[in-house]
Amino acid sequence: MANLAASLQHHFADFKQQKESVVLGMWSFLVQEVMFFGGLFVTYVVYRSQYPDAFHEGAMQLSSVLGGFNTIVLICSSLTMAMAVHAASKGNRGAIAFWLVLTIVFGSIFLGVKVVEYKEKFDHGFIPGIADHGLRVNHETHQPRPTGFALYFGLYFAMTGLHAIHMLIGIPILAIIAINGLRGKYGPEYYTPVEMTGLYWHFVDIVWIFLFPLLYLIGAH
Amino acid sequence: MSTPNHTASTHSEEENYLTNETTIQSWLLTKDHKRIALLYLISVTLFFTLGGLFASIVRLELLTPAGDLLSSEFYNQAFTSHGVMMVFFFLIPAVPAVLGNFLIPLMVGAKDLAFPKINLLSWYIFMVGATFAIFAVLTGGLDTGWTLYPPYSSTYSQSRVALAVAGVFIAGFASILTGVNFIATIHRMRAPGLTWFRLPLFVWAHYATSLVMVLGTPVIAITMVLLFLERVFGFGFFDPAKGGDPVLFQHLFWFYSHPAVYIMILPAMGVISEIISTFSRQKLFGYSFVAMSSLAIAILGFLVWGHHMFTTSQSAYTGILFSALTFLVAIPSAIKAFNWTATLYKGSVSWETPMLFAFGFMGLFLIGGLTGLFLATMGMDIHLQDTYFVVSHFHYIMVGGGVMGYMGGIHFWWPKITGRMYSNFWSKLSALLIFAGFNFTFFPQFILGYMGMPRRYHSYPEEWQVLNVMSTLGASILAIGYALPAFYLTYSLIRGKKAPANPWGATGLEWKTASPPPPHNFHETPIVTTEAYDYQSLPLSETPEKEGVHHG
Repeated sequence: MANLAASLQHHFADFKQQKESVVLGMWSFLVQEVMFFGGLFVTYVVYRSQYPDAFHEGAMQLSSVLGGFNTIVLICSSLTMAMAVHAASKGNRGAIAFWLVLTIVFGSIFLGVKVVEYKEKFDHGFIPGIADHGLRVNHETHQPRPTGFALYFGLYFAMTGLHAIHMLIGIPILAIIAINGLRGKYGPEYYTPVEMTGLYWHFVDIVWIFLFPLLYLIGAH
Repeated sequence: MSTPNHTASTHSEEENYLTNETTIQSWLLTKDHKRIALLYLISVTLFFTLGGLFASIVRLELLTPAGDLLSSEFYNQAFTSHGVMMVFFFLIPAVPAVLGNFLIPLMVGAKDLAFPKINLLSWYIFMVGATFAIFAVLTGGLDTGWTLYPPYSSTYSQSRVALAVAGVFIAGFASILTGVNFIATIHRMRAPGLTWFRLPLFVWAHYATSLVMVLGTPVIAITMVLLFLERVFGFGFFDPAKGGDPVLFQHLFWFYSHPAVYIMILPAMGVISEIISTFSRQKLFGYSFVAMSSLAIAILGFLVWGHHMFTTSQSAYTGILFSALTFLVAIPSAIKAFNWTATLYKGSVSWETPMLFAFGFMGLFLIGGLTGLFLATMGMDIHLQDTYFVVSHFHYIMVGGGVMGYMGGIHFWWPKITGRMYSNFWSKLSALLIFAGFNFTFFPQFILGYMGMPRRYHSYPEEWQVLNVMSTLGASILAIGYALPAFYLTYSLIRGKKAPANPWGATGLEWKTASPPPPHNFHETPIVTTEAYDYQSLPLSETPEKEGVHHG
């Protein structure tokens, strides 16, 4: 590859050392991400065990259909991401860009559905501090909401919001990698950036695999 | 160690990392770990000075029993600003981001850290975080204490909590990136022959610290997110009126903030190991125990956070567990202290300035550690909780340990960093003033705390005045001790004698290259054939006497 020599940074002895360092660095970063989301999961565990009924009632307000659809969309995006890494390892320029663009499309569909869901929560007044009338009173039965109902939605927005921010960061990175791929920067000898972006994207997907049952399915019968 | 024979004399006219490029851009956009270390050095010195100013205000108020100099509100802001500046913007980055950044690539024989751009990014993130915090402190203050406990911080405080919380959140990522960088570097960038058990203990200490940074810091980050959402949007996570629990905040906060103490002390312990072995001219006694004790501290440090919460709703049984685990952490710390002492035994001890700081560390950290055991004892803690005993204890650890280690390290590696020698007389005077001033400031606080003087009040009963006056006078001596280096170190840059490559006759790889080092650290990648601290087989030509450095 023409650009191969330029891909080795001056302070590494060889490609092997560079790749091993980058992979280790990325996994350390992902460990950090696990701890970052971990604080939210702990908060979820504490309050769900304290207010199981309110959390159940909260989960009833979400659409398992939309959540389930989004889960499938994200799993598809993980597949296309994996295909992109495979294409990079073969040095197939067009295929790298194709699979990454498809990944971006799936990611955008996910975020689009999320916008629809957030809008609906806004209309129902389920957003703490912004539109919270529905968190206090059930507008259909005029009964006050149980204690912990607002905490459920606080966690819903904190967890899905942080997840969405991670996707928003991921999509431009995918775009840059796609352009670089098209320009022929990656090949069998060197495709670490594609692989690392893949690790990040899969991590974000896995977080959703946990969020979906914890937030959507605990209300289902 | 067998390394290329490059000494300062053969390369004295050669370009070094300080002078190879001179534009402002070459500093602000540098990817050289040594220059980034200097950027951090300048920043943390600034924040240390700011934190110190707030400390002086606190000590001045406490000179007299009546709360007369400051209103209680402003007093709250003064001690909070002192704590936030010192903890998040000085102590946590000080040793790792300055000395670690500079030395780890040199010590492992690499050209740079694994991720130079991320290293630079970490400094910018740090500065953005610091700007938020300083802006908060200067434009409305912060009065919650550095611990930011809700519901005061979330509901009642009138000060700039959200801004300061954002600053702490942002600065945390600088710490995480530094940790990731160190882990990858230490694992993958070691020179040929430099096996794990040949690494200097400074590197081991930073490895353990990096684990804490990567595993702990994200938890404080997410806690700050929750607190921000609580304060700005009223999410209610920590508000009992909405079903939330303020104690959950304390759990999350201390899950990071207790290990954060080890981010401050572990790298300083690494510095002390280097200094003690160099100036005893002996291999560090019990090398592998000292290395493993760093890891043990890092791991156990994550299991003791509940000892900050003995007087909360945490159950007594949980308290017993946390108390027992806290006693356990004392073991690896004691292993280090005993091994340092054993290294001195029959060593050829010389009293250079870094060694004075190391001795200071050993004495002060010992007192800090032992008083920690008092506080870990649940029954005792009920009496001592929230008194000056606690204040004194953690200052003995964080200042007596952390800052002493940092100062020792700065004096030890100053010739390497700048290529200049500083004044022996003034630096030794500074070390003595700091040691004496520190004890004068904080020992009376143990007694005050034991007598029941609570933290965070701007007035106190008259019978406690003598001890408080002692403490304030001690703080004045301490301030002079800390101010002196600003003069003699700056002076050394202009008039200081040129430093040889290895002024102390030490063994590490960093001493094999010129002072200051060339831009890429080594002209040829060094090959390591011996263990660390191999003073027995050090050739005579590398003993300090031969390089013409006078021993006092």
